[in-house]
Amino acid sequence: MDTSTTNIPSPSHGDHAHSHDDSRNTVMGFWLYLMSDCLIFSVLFATFGVLAANTAGGPDGRDLFKLSYVAGETLILLITSFTFGMAMIQMHAGAKSKVILWLAITAAFGAAFIAMEIYEFAELLHEGAGPGRSAFLSAYFVLVGTHGLHVTAGLMWLITMIHQTMTYGLDGIVRRRLACLSLFWHFLDLVWICVFTFVYLRGML
Amino acid sequence: MSPHQISAPRDHKNTHGSVASYTVGFVASLILTGLSFGAIMGRWVSHDMALPTLVCLAVLQLLIQLVFFLHMGTAPEQRSDLAALVFTVLILATIVAGSLWVMHNANINMMPTGMSTDSAKLKP
Repeated sequence: MDTSTTNIPSPSHGDHAHSHDDSRNTVMGFWLYLMSDCLIFSVLFATFGVLAANTAGGPDGRDLFKLSYVAGETLILLITSFTFGMAMIQMHAGAKSKVILWLAITAAFGAAFIAMEIYEFAELLHEGAGPGRSAFLSAYFVLVGTHGLHVTAGLMWLITMIHQTMTYGLDGIVRRRLACLSLFWHFLDLVWICVFTFVYLRGML
Repeated sequence: MSPHQISAPRDHKNTHGSVASYTVGFVASLILTGLSFGAIMGRWVSHDMALPTLVCLAVLQLLIQLVFFLHMGTAPEQRSDLAALVFTVLILATIVAGSLWVMHNANINMMPTGMSTDSAKLKP
């Protein structure tokens, strides 16, 4: 900071504004990362769209997908979006123990989603409908699997943040990281809207 | 959008969301998801209208979650985030629509299996 300027109000005030701007820049940088992640998913969606009809004589979406099961997964992911929102509200209110509670609830539902997805993939492999069966299934496993990997990474980050909130409390760094994780988590719910619409429901037409 | 938000761009309170805004977003998402699944599972719409209906419901739900969960808005401090999003959507639409269009054309113009080059030339 330039000490020769005389119109800086006070060091503490200046530092506060400075760290606040840094935090804002970090969150914006994370948003730009999410936008680049968006492009990864758009390429995978385009690939799936092109290959969806290429079943090579194997099973198609109508034979494989159980919509009531997918509706369950969708509901669970939507609940995690809401519970994470509650954690963020408690964070802004400074209620540390409530933040931990809501994050733990979010992690529990997130783990349930991952478990359901792993079971779904295992069933498909068991039926002989693995990624090697047809171009349709290759594209399906890569697209839905990439989303699943993102949720898994988000889940690990979530558990890390529960630990950091417990250890350090709601300081500036923890708040900034939670703000980034919040964007990441809600973003994955947005991607899932496209997955259930264009992969599962579209596959039934 | 309240005038307060425009006059006080440093005030972050309005962009944090509240229990009410998260509840509105959650309930609206539930309804839209229910309509999407119902349209296909309950065959509420005709086969021809199914895809347009699904696309409309998905776009609506994406917008609702962007506003109520990700707090996207037009407040001055959010404009750069919004600009990045709009640009990404433009690239995304180009990639997806372009791929589908090009590959669809390639598919319908591909020579059917079992047809020789000479017989393909004879086709009107």
